[in-house]
Amino acid sequence: MADVNRGNRPLSPHLTIYRPQWTSMTSIFTRITGNALFVTALLIVWWFVAAATGPDAFATADGFITSWFGDLIMFFSVAGIWYHTLAGIRHLIWDSGRMLDVDKSETFGQAMVLIAVLLTIFTVIVL
Amino acid sequence: MAYLTDRKRAAGLGSAKSGTQHHWHMVISSVALVGLIPCFIFTFGSIYGAPYEDVLAYYQRPLPAIVALLTFAVGFVHFRGGVQTLIEDYVHGTAKKVAIIAMICLSYTAAAAGVFAVAGLAL
Repeated sequence: MADVNRGNRPLSPHLTIYRPQWTSMTSIFTRITGNALFVTALLIVWWFVAAATGPDAFATADGFITSWFGDLIMFFSVAGIWYHTLAGIRHLIWDSGRMLDVDKSETFGQAMVLIAVLLTIFTVIVL
Repeated sequence: MAYLTDRKRAAGLGSAKSGTQHHWHMVISSVALVGLIPCFIFTFGSIYGAPYEDVLAYYQRPLPAIVALLTFAVGFVHFRGGVQTLIEDYVHGTAKKVAIIAMICLSYTAAAAGVFAVAGLAL
């Protein structure tokens, strides 16, 4: 029964037929930010290793990270890490069985983006 | 085959097989990071861009050093788990195994380098 017509079955509709929704978009950006932050993490580790190595190595790493390009990476990193942190909190709340209705999830996603933007502006101003 | 019910033949053939432990480890590390990440942003953020001597003095203080050390240790373990899920979703076959092993090695190497550097600065 289970072996009939294997490999030639119609597939259920996938991503391509849906228009973007708050729930799907906030989800994919959680994945994108989480994995992209690896670049930031490696840059920061480089900065720390350079500081522990000596003044010359530190000047190289610090020079790159505080250049306009480094600043650009750091700006997007701050936005990305606030977003990913809030998305993680949302997952912890979902895991507890709360906020799972579609309308609540959408509102939560919009609030998360707004709070991430505000936290990013706050961080850039304070630091 | 004929002696098995359809229910028995289907059991265990889902795509996942395992994953509860993986999910639980992601939950634990994410809870830790909810506290650590804001601490790291504001400690690292306040010294990043400062002269070399100031950076040395700053990371010889216990709080910034401990926050940085824990953030590297927990952050890269969390990354290791997250990137494994990403690879499992998009890469298959031998390439999947190679990619997962490579990313795990890279994550732990970065964590070790970060912890080693913080220890070197602090001590």
